[in-house]
Amino acid sequence: MVSRLTRRTALMALAGAMVARHAFATTDQAKDWLASHAKGAPKDGKVTVKAPEIAENGNAVPLTVSVDSEMSEKSYVKAIYIAADGNPNPGLAVFEFTPQSGKAEVSLRVRLQQTEKIIAVAEMNDGTLYTASREVKVTIGGCGG
Amino acid sequence: MDDIKPRLRVPPSAKKGEVIEVKTLITHPMETGLRKDADGKLVPRLIVNSLAVTYNGKAVLNARLEPAVSANPYLAFFLKVDEPGTLKFTWTDDNKQSWSAESKIEVA
Repeated sequence: MVSRLTRRTALMALAGAMVARHAFATTDQAKDWLASHAKGAPKDGKVTVKAPEIAENGNAVPLTVSVDSEMSEKSYVKAIYIAADGNPNPGLAVFEFTPQSGKAEVSLRVRLQQTEKIIAVAEMNDGTLYTASREVKVTIGGCGG
Repeated sequence: MDDIKPRLRVPPSAKKGEVIEVKTLITHPMETGLRKDADGKLVPRLIVNSLAVTYNGKAVLNARLEPAVSANPYLAFFLKVDEPGTLKFTWTDDNKQSWSAESKIEVA
């Protein structure tokens, strides 16, 4: 019997090859990356992730992460960990603060490959973790290739 | 790479106890290691992977950046000014090359 190369099998093979070429991080990998930095179960709240709903250019997506904290010696945000679930690597950045920071907020620009979710975890000085996330729709991806 | 220059925007003075916003940018291509050049070869990863900020020698912010941070990494953050002093920035890249900049803040 002759094996037939139909349009369907050809398309499926092509789709498979494309998936294999672009190995992007998944939500689980983003969570694993965050968990490798901040041990424990984060609660919702206190953290705000600000980013545009639609980013036309994934090369430089403005992102602001802030955490509600008095930033005193007694109670302050020790670190903010930021990941995304659709880039080649899940990590975006880590920021460590001290009470000298005055306010736990950072702004930066990041590359997003596709429409994906940005997840931030904040670690307080007593070890409690808080989290928030935001999805950004990306028109043109920004990781080269 | 000689064209790498840090840029700062720091208020020259603040009231005692005031929390001020500090903006920084360093011109750097932030090669992810995933991009291919015109010949189809992968361009090796070379990014600024950290920024350390101190005020009068005390830590204010330590940033660890991943390749997902855009080229010419821009960062804005805050500083509580309790006394006059010097805000010092040190960026380091994957080759352990580093760039520093500082800015003085008066207390009015």
